[in-house]
Amino acid sequence: MSDLTDVTSLTSMSAARIAAGIAAGEMTAVEVTEAHLARIAAVDEKVHAFLHVDREGALAQARAVDEKRARGEELGPLAGVPLALKDIFTTEGIPTTVGSKILENWIPPYDATVTKRLKDADVVILGKTNMDEFAMGSSTENSAFGPTGNPWDLTRIPGGSGGGSSASLAAFEAPLALGTDTGGSIRQPAAMTATVGVKPTYGGVSRYGMVAFSSSLDQGGPCARTVLDAALLHAVIAGHDPLDSTSIDQPVPDVVAAARQGDVTGLRVGVVKEFRGEGYQAGVMQRFDESVELLRELGAEVVEVSCPSFTKALAAYYLIAPSECSSNLARFDAMRYGLRVGDDGSRGAEEVTALTREAGFGDEVKRRVMLGTYALSSGYYDAYYGSAQKVRTLITRDFGKAFESVDVLISPTTPTTAFPIGERADDPMAMYLADLCTIPSNLAGNAAMSLPCGLAPEDGLPVGLQIIAPAMADDRLYRVGAAIEAALQARWGHPLLEEAPSL
Amino acid sequence: MPGITREEVAHLARLARLELKDEELDHFAGQLDDIIGAVAAVSDVADEDVPPTSHPLPLTNVMRPDEVRPSLTPQQALSGAPAQEQQRFKVPQILGEE
Repeated sequence: MSDLTDVTSLTSMSAARIAAGIAAGEMTAVEVTEAHLARIAAVDEKVHAFLHVDREGALAQARAVDEKRARGEELGPLAGVPLALKDIFTTEGIPTTVGSKILENWIPPYDATVTKRLKDADVVILGKTNMDEFAMGSSTENSAFGPTGNPWDLTRIPGGSGGGSSASLAAFEAPLALGTDTGGSIRQPAAMTATVGVKPTYGGVSRYGMVAFSSSLDQGGPCARTVLDAALLHAVIAGHDPLDSTSIDQPVPDVVAAARQGDVTGLRVGVVKEFRGEGYQAGVMQRFDESVELLRELGAEVVEVSCPSFTKALAAYYLIAPSECSSNLARFDAMRYGLRVGDDGSRGAEEVTALTREAGFGDEVKRRVMLGTYALSSGYYDAYYGSAQKVRTLITRDFGKAFESVDVLISPTTPTTAFPIGERADDPMAMYLADLCTIPSNLAGNAAMSLPCGLAPEDGLPVGLQIIAPAMADDRLYRVGAAIEAALQARWGHPLLEEAPSL
Repeated sequence: MPGITREEVAHLARLARLELKDEELDHFAGQLDDIIGAVAAVSDVADEDVPPTSHPLPLTNVMRPDEVRPSLTPQQALSGAPAQEQQRFKVPQILGEE
């Protein structure tokens, strides 16, 4: 092997570099896939990013790319690039568990639209990544199949719910990953691991075949190690899908061009005033304030913006999401698919359903199903669910008002750096605070990104910067993100992930 | 706003078809009480004249032409069934014996 196809060099390359290399014949898709499978074999026992590795399927897809090239066919912008798929997207013939015992042995008979688009784009799906059960959590500790370690410190959480996807990127097991973001599940794990994660505008990426948790909030999106790679993946998965009635039937903003442009001159940036103070770690705020200063130096106009209703976003979210989840998860009734427990011939269907859900759901899912049942019950509905929906309107109005005077908003992605595994596992309210800054975008349905902005001096762990753009202005995230990424890397002299300990 | 009792949790569990164990009832009662105490902050706006938002998009009903298109085969549709018989989902008894 030449230096270029050396295994370590292949696994540290960006997706854009790999795709260009394959297209130019500098390396084959099979070599790239084998290098990543070898990396997974070497480190995933420690990291536990993957629930399932599809070695044969990945190699078959890679061979098909190499054959396509040999035939002289044109290759797509991500052809042959390996990807780690969150285990919430259905994959025909490959297990899809959502991190839950209730779907432990389920093999879907169909592909999610996102899965299909990845395959059509010749992306190589390496396997399925670990997650909090049904995407409910901020640490990946709620997986029925054990936690994932943060490659920066394996005793700490990689964020959640998409901790398997973020850890796979930070551990150099894959250059691309797919996540879903209901309250921060793409952005918060990105912040914890010094990777890039984007929640597209609600309706930007099809939810067909994405196991539903809270349907008015759930949104799939790209995860990567660079802003440009995230944009390339965004372009592959986004766009109208007739199979999802909430899918937006409009052209996808040109996110790739925006990522290549990376310029903030004259851009108006709003700093969300409400996202600082008690509960925010000093090192997180230090890196955030430095990023604000950097944006000024790069030519942006930075102003402070107040969004007073954001202080109620967390409360509204923990009524709306559980309410939708209690209704959505009613489909797990042990009748048509998934686990069935206690069907011994003497018990009726209702009893079997209750025994199955007791055995198949973990604590956080049970808590949210009961909380949602409570919030939707007569007598409490107006006070809880009804009020939460009003807060949702107020938050959307705050965004609307802010975007009258600024192009994007910025904040820390999350108030603290990665916490130790176990620290908040049985303290739901402490866990929920991890999503404090990410939730408003889900409630309003706009677009947001997290990208690394340094290490907190007190613990040496990654800090994420959040950028928020209006709905259907996803390209602004990439324009701003690319400019900040380039400026920070020029300052550091290398990508932040190079400072992570070797596994 | 009222907190939540162990008995109410047991009632919610029945409504939600969760056969909770006794120790779970104790455990969840305390946690749900904490969570409900925190989320009750939304009720500050209960009396405000604000329209509710149920969804980020202005949704209209989406229709498609009434045309046959590919779908799952019966075998595929039944592939995840815990039990099946005669190309149907086999379920435990739904009505009592008496």
